Amino acid sequence: MTTEETVRADLKTRVDALLEAHDPATVERLDFLRAQFDAGLAWVHFPEGLGGLGLSRAHQTYVNELLAAAGAPDNDPRRNGIGLGMAAPTILAYGTEEQKRRFLRPLWTGEEVWCQLFSEPGAGSDLAAVATRAVRDGDTWVVNGQKVWTSSAHKARWAILLARTDPDVPKHRGMSYFICDMTDPGVEVRPLRQITGEAEFNEVFLSDARVPDAHRLGAEGEGWKVANATLMNERVAIGGNATPREASMIGFVAHTWRTRPELRRPEAHDQLMSLWVEAEVARLSGTRLRQKIAAGQPGPEGSGMKLTFARLTQQITGLELQLLGEEGLRYDDWTMTRPDIVDFTGRDPGYRYLRAKGNSIEGGTSEILRNIIAERVLQLPAEPRADKDIPWKDIPR
Amino acid sequence: MNDANLLYTDVETALQESVRDLLTDRCAPEKVIATYDGDRELQPKLWRSLALDLGLAGLLVPEERGGAGASAREAAAVLEELGRFAAPVPFLTSSVIATEALLRAGDDALLATVAGGERTAAVVVPFSTSPDELRATVRVDGQGALRGRVTSVAGAVDADVLLVPVEVADGVELHAVEAGAARITPVVSLDMTRQLADVDLDGASSTRVVEDGGDRAVRAALELGAALMASEQLGVAQWCLDTTVGYLRDRTQFGRSVGGFQALKHRLADLYVMTESTRTAARYAATTAADDDPDRHVAALMAKSYCSDSAVRAAEECVQLHGGIGMTWEHPAHLYLKRAKADQVALGNPQATRRRLGEVVDLPMPTT
Repeated sequence: MTTEETVRADLKTRVDALLEAHDPATVERLDFLRAQFDAGLAWVHFPEGLGGLGLSRAHQTYVNELLAAAGAPDNDPRRNGIGLGMAAPTILAYGTEEQKRRFLRPLWTGEEVWCQLFSEPGAGSDLAAVATRAVRDGDTWVVNGQKVWTSSAHKARWAILLARTDPDVPKHRGMSYFICDMTDPGVEVRPLRQITGEAEFNEVFLSDARVPDAHRLGAEGEGWKVANATLMNERVAIGGNATPREASMIGFVAHTWRTRPELRRPEAHDQLMSLWVEAEVARLSGTRLRQKIAAGQPGPEGSGMKLTFARLTQQITGLELQLLGEEGLRYDDWTMTRPDIVDFTGRDPGYRYLRAKGNSIEGGTSEILRNIIAERVLQLPAEPRADKDIPWKDIPR
Repeated sequence: MNDANLLYTDVETALQESVRDLLTDRCAPEKVIATYDGDRELQPKLWRSLALDLGLAGLLVPEERGGAGASAREAAAVLEELGRFAAPVPFLTSSVIATEALLRAGDDALLATVAGGERTAAVVVPFSTSPDELRATVRVDGQGALRGRVTSVAGAVDADVLLVPVEVADGVELHAVEAGAARITPVVSLDMTRQLADVDLDGASSTRVVEDGGDRAVRAALELGAALMASEQLGVAQWCLDTTVGYLRDRTQFGRSVGGFQALKHRLADLYVMTESTRTAARYAATTAADDDPDRHVAALMAKSYCSDSAVRAAEECVQLHGGIGMTWEHPAHLYLKRAKADQVALGNPQATRRRLGEVVDLPMPTT
């Protein structure tokens, strides 16, 4: 047997043992998930004892297939995207043994949802400008400030928090990274209503919120380094999976064009087909990117993919509203809601058009992405950084 | 259709390197610019080196039919390099389009001489012809000779043998005519690195290559030409990007490198993203053609649409971002602008291509 076959056979044995001891048909969902974690079959690329077996990330796909085939429950990963995608790898990389043991298991099972307290009204693209202050008081930190664009904050038990612990040094050096208890009385969560009418995100106000020093991740003053590890994992998560033709936003417009001949306008046809071609080329570029990664040639195309995705979703949803004519003048519902799961393609065309405006802002604005491509890929001169060497407290704001 | 390999194989990379080395040595920009002033000294020797020394003429032809037994993927890899140099050689017209017509037609004797690089061939249609809009205008006269006029033919200037679609009562035949038997008048062309010619047939004798279905062979050849020209357009866009980035890094104004100004660096970032998308579209067209994948027709139409426009945009940005020097005769940017614009119009302009694609993928233009 090849090494790969040996690994798979071993995983099969472990999955069978898990299913044998915990029959999904009879055992409680949460009990099964906890047992799966303890068997190292939660995320096999994590270390043994922390829900994994120290294998590669790709092997988890195999485990998931086996479990799904047996009718096992899953941990509903979309409900805890920040926890699984960002908090967990950061805790693994920078957490103490005690932190790993305390936080990773209920995070993975979904018992504890996580959110991210990074962005602030005054620290968006310039994240290192965060002004939320954490002041030491014996064994705890007292935190004051305002965070924004926090999805899941109203459901979260814990948050990863970036705060300023030393205002007397340049901005990148004076931050620390914490795990914040969202049930602390100093934490107030308010829905942040968007142009779509709904509140997908929250504002979080921290007023003398208390964080034990034992919940600091990484050394004091090293918050920027830890935060970058978090953001790196966010980018790994982008890249995505193989999708069929027309599975993206263009599918809606194509469907409308096919099924509603009365809406077809000759003057819109060339634009429709240009966007169709661009969407298909973007889809194939995703395939090419995955092929490059599989061939061990990771390239810088990922940042370009997001630029293209944002532009296309905006153009396509704009065309969709125009095609619909009179119907495009209506909107499904402006009532304030707090959706559980964000789906860019959900709801009506008007919603899709408005929600797509966020695609070129969230997760790095298109302008910042262009800077990154120009500087890191094309080796063009970096933007001037006027605040680089002055203490944070002296930066004009 | 998700299995198509969109990367370069080691063989393709090695092939590109040898073509690039030869062109670096023999195809200097000033010599290419000189073709616009009527100096055609460069072409014959350069083409001989590529066709015979590197054996590129027979790339698409199976070994048992006298060729190198490679595929559309390798031909695309070569075209990418030819585009990068705006090389004035008839590879696309003879080794891709005419060769594909002969492969489909089944004339192995003629095919072998073209594949061996001994003779150069050209399909006699206006270079602007879209694969779906082929119209034969040449007819057979009472004496069995060919009569007719076809304007703006690419590759005819370099050709030893002409492949002529001929209209007959029950369809289209494909005839081979010795270049000496036709009147070939070079025309002043937008892109003199692929100079066009008007071809007059005033009673030329010919050999019938295909009796029935000559139009099918020629359409397939033009479609492959469009699919692989996308790689040439990729080479054009890549040169424009690389050259512009290099220039803006070095160029200083207002006491700093102009490549550091956001108004310019953002445009270069967009150009980079677009060039990578161009590579995706071009590779997909090449690999589906090589595999005779059912999606090859859609892939060719997508590539023609996308890569035509992106090469033009890259060349236009190249001229603009170079400033004054980009408008000069001396700087090679204009070679790429002219090649890109001519390629955009050639083999079906992008709007016509998208209209056709709409029919193929069931998103038709309204009929009213």
